Amino acid sequence: MLLAEETHAVTQAVSGGVEGGSWLLIGFPLFGAAVLLLGGRRTDKWGHLLGCLMSLASFAYGLVLFFQMLGRPASARSHSVHVFEWIATGAFKVDVGMLLDPLSLSFVLLITGVGSLIHIYSVGYMSHDENRRKFFAYLNLFVAAMLLLVLSNNFVGLYIGWEGVGLASYLLIGFWQHKPSAAVAAKKAFVVNRVGDLGLSIAIMLMFATFNNVSFEGVFAHVGEAHSGTVTAIGLLLLLGACGKSAQVPLQSWLLDAMEGPTPVSALIHAATMVTAGVYLVVRSNPIFNASPDAQLVVTIVGAVTLLAGAIIGCAKDDIKKALAGSTMSQIGYMILAAGLGPIGYAAAIAHLLAHGFFKAGLFLGAGSIMHGMNEEVNMRKYGALRKYMPITFATFGLGYLAIIGFPGLAGWWTKDAIIEAALEKGTAAGTFLAVAAIVGAALTAYYMSRVMFMTFFGEKRWDEGAHPHESPKSMTVPMMILAIGSIAGGAFLVYGGRLTNFLGPVVGTAEEQHGFNPVTPAGIILFVLMLAGVALAWFQYGRRDVPVTAPRGHLLTWWARRDLGGDAINETLFMRPGQWLTRIAVFFDNRGVDGIVNSIAATIGGTSGRLRRWQTGFVRSYALSMFLGAALVVAALLMVRL
Amino acid sequence: MTPGHFIILSAILFSIGGVGVLIRRNALIVFMCVELMLNAANLAFVAFARMHGNLDGQVIAFFVMVVAAAEVVVGLAILMQIFRTRRSASVDDVNLLKY
Repeated sequence: MLLAEETHAVTQAVSGGVEGGSWLLIGFPLFGAAVLLLGGRRTDKWGHLLGCLMSLASFAYGLVLFFQMLGRPASARSHSVHVFEWIATGAFKVDVGMLLDPLSLSFVLLITGVGSLIHIYSVGYMSHDENRRKFFAYLNLFVAAMLLLVLSNNFVGLYIGWEGVGLASYLLIGFWQHKPSAAVAAKKAFVVNRVGDLGLSIAIMLMFATFNNVSFEGVFAHVGEAHSGTVTAIGLLLLLGACGKSAQVPLQSWLLDAMEGPTPVSALIHAATMVTAGVYLVVRSNPIFNASPDAQLVVTIVGAVTLLAGAIIGCAKDDIKKALAGSTMSQIGYMILAAGLGPIGYAAAIAHLLAHGFFKAGLFLGAGSIMHGMNEEVNMRKYGALRKYMPITFATFGLGYLAIIGFPGLAGWWTKDAIIEAALEKGTAAGTFLAVAAIVGAALTAYYMSRVMFMTFFGEKRWDEGAHPHESPKSMTVPMMILAIGSIAGGAFLVYGGRLTNFLGPVVGTAEEQHGFNPVTPAGIILFVLMLAGVALAWFQYGRRDVPVTAPRGHLLTWWARRDLGGDAINETLFMRPGQWLTRIAVFFDNRGVDGIVNSIAATIGGTSGRLRRWQTGFVRSYALSMFLGAALVVAALLMVRL
Repeated sequence: MTPGHFIILSAILFSIGGVGVLIRRNALIVFMCVELMLNAANLAFVAFARMHGNLDGQVIAFFVMVVAAAEVVVGLAILMQIFRTRRSASVDDVNLLKY
C-alpha cells in the first residue's frame, strides 16, 4: 500500500563542495545575532542592515543549495553533512550534522525567504523604537535557531534548535517588557512551551533507551524492530512537543497572548518559524508515526479539534491580531491533521504550511501596517473604511484574505483542498469525519476572515479622534507585495501536477494511487458553497450593517470564544490552582516542619547556654571553690576506685 | 618523728591555706594562703623523699619554690596595678570579666 520503505537512503557524508558549507546557513544569522548583541550600542546605526543582510545571505545560500539539489536525480537528493563530533561517551554518540534533503530545504527557503521579508519590513516598522538593533539581534537568533531545528540530522541537534526557538520567542514576545502584559505573555509562552519541550526530551530519551541512537537515520531504520507500544509512546510524546510549539490543543493558550510582541514578531512566529516546528517534527518523524496508527489517530484528532477551536476563537475576537492568531491555530490544525493522515497527507501538510507562510505573513504584516497608520490601535471596531486610505495594504491584505479562505485559484484553495481530499481518500469513518471537520473549519475561516476584512476596510469610519491613517513606507509595503504574489501563485505552484508531492516523495513517502489534481469534486463544490455562505453571513452581519464601536454582549458561544473557549480557565483550574496549593503546602511544611526542627534545636542550645553562662560570676573565690570541690571530687573518686 | 607526723602537718597547713583562699577577700592574704598551700605540698614532697630515701621529692620541692617565686612576682605586679586603678585590694571588686 505505502511506498514509505527505502525512503531513508541518505547519501553519506559529503565534506567538500557547496553542501560542506551548509553550516553557514545557520552561521550567518547566528553571526549577526552575536555581533549585534555583543557590539551593543555601537552597532545601533547599522545593526538593522546587518540583520537583514545576514538573513538574506542565508536565503541566497539556501537557494544555491536548492538549485544544486534540483540538478540531481530524485533518489540522490538527501545529503548528510558531518560538521563535527560533539559527544562521544561509550555507546552514546552525538555528532553535529546537517541533513540536506527536500524537506529540510523547503523549510530553509520558507524560513529564510519569509524571514528576510519580515526583517526588511521591520526596518520600517521598528524605526521609531530605540531598541531596534536588539530587535534585529533577536530576529536573527530566531532564524538561526529555527534553521538549526530543521537542518539538524539528529534529534539532539533538533532539540537545541527547538529550545533556541523557545528562547528567541520569549525574548521577542516580551520585547516591550515595560508593558506588564507583554512580560506576562512572554512568560506564559515560555512556560507552556516547556511542557511541550518536556514531551520532546522524554521522547528523545526513550529513543536512546530503545534504539541506542538519536540520529534520524539510526532511529528510523529500526522503528520496525521496536515494541509497538514503545513506538506509540514515542509518537505521542513527539506530538506533545509538537503541540507546545505549534499551539495545538491542549497547549494552545500561549499563542493568543503572544500577540503582545511587536507585529513583525507575530508574523515571524505564525508564518515562518515557531508554529511550523511542530508540523516539521511530525512530518520528519514520519517513520515513527507510520508505524503507529494509534499515534496517528491522536494526531489527526488534535488537528481537527484545534482547527475548529481556533476558527471559533477567531470569530469572536475584536483585536485584529488575535483574530489572526485564532486563524493561525486553525490553519496549523489543518497541517497537523494532514500530517496525521500518513503518507497521503505529509506533502499536503507541507504544501499548506508553505502557502500559509506566504499568506499569513502577508496578513500579519498588513495588520502591522494598519496599526502603524492607526496609532497602534488593534480594536477592529475602531477601524472601518480604511481601503481608501491604505490602498496597498488593502490590496495585499485582500489577496492574503482571498488565499486563506480558499478562493478558487489562490494559494489556500489548492492546499486546503489537497488536505480534504487526502482525508477523504483515507476512506475510513475517521477520514470522513476529519474531512467534515476540515470543511466546517473552512466555512468558519471564510466567516471570520471576512469579518476582519469588512470591519477593517469597509463600512463607516469609526476611528478614534486624532487618527490619521496613512499608507506605510516602501520598506513595509514591498515585502507585503512580494508575499501577496506568493499568496496568489504559491498554491498552484506547489500543488499543480503534484510538484511538491514528487519533490518530497523521497523523504516522506507517497501514497500509491497518484491521480491528477481535480478541483471539481463533490467535496470541492461543497467547500466553495460553504465558503460563499461564510462570506455572505459576515457581509450581512458586519459589511451591510453598522458595526457598534463597543462590543455587544453577544450570546453564550461568543462569550465563551472571547475567553479563548475557556483555555485559560481550564489551565488555571487544573494546573495553576493545584500547583499553588502544592506550593502553599510545601511552604507550610518548610516553615513549620523543617525550619521548626532546626529552629527548636537552636533555641534549646541557646536557652541552655544562656542559663549555664550564669556560672561565670566574675568572683574569683567562687571559681576557687568550684576548683576545690572538683579536686575533692576527683580525689574521692580515686579513693573509691582504689578501695 | 615518723613520716606520718609530717604528712598530718602538711595536711593541716594545706587546709588552712585552702580555707584562707576561699574566705579571705584581701588579695594579699589570698596570696599568702596560696604560698601556705604550696609549702604544705613541699613539706609532703620532702617527707616522702626522706621516707623513700631518694632525691626526687627534694628536687621537685625546688621546682615548686621557683614556680612560687615567679607566681608571686607576676601576682604582686598585677595586684599593684589593680590597687593603683581601683584603690582596693579586694578580690571581690575585680569581677568585671563575667557572663
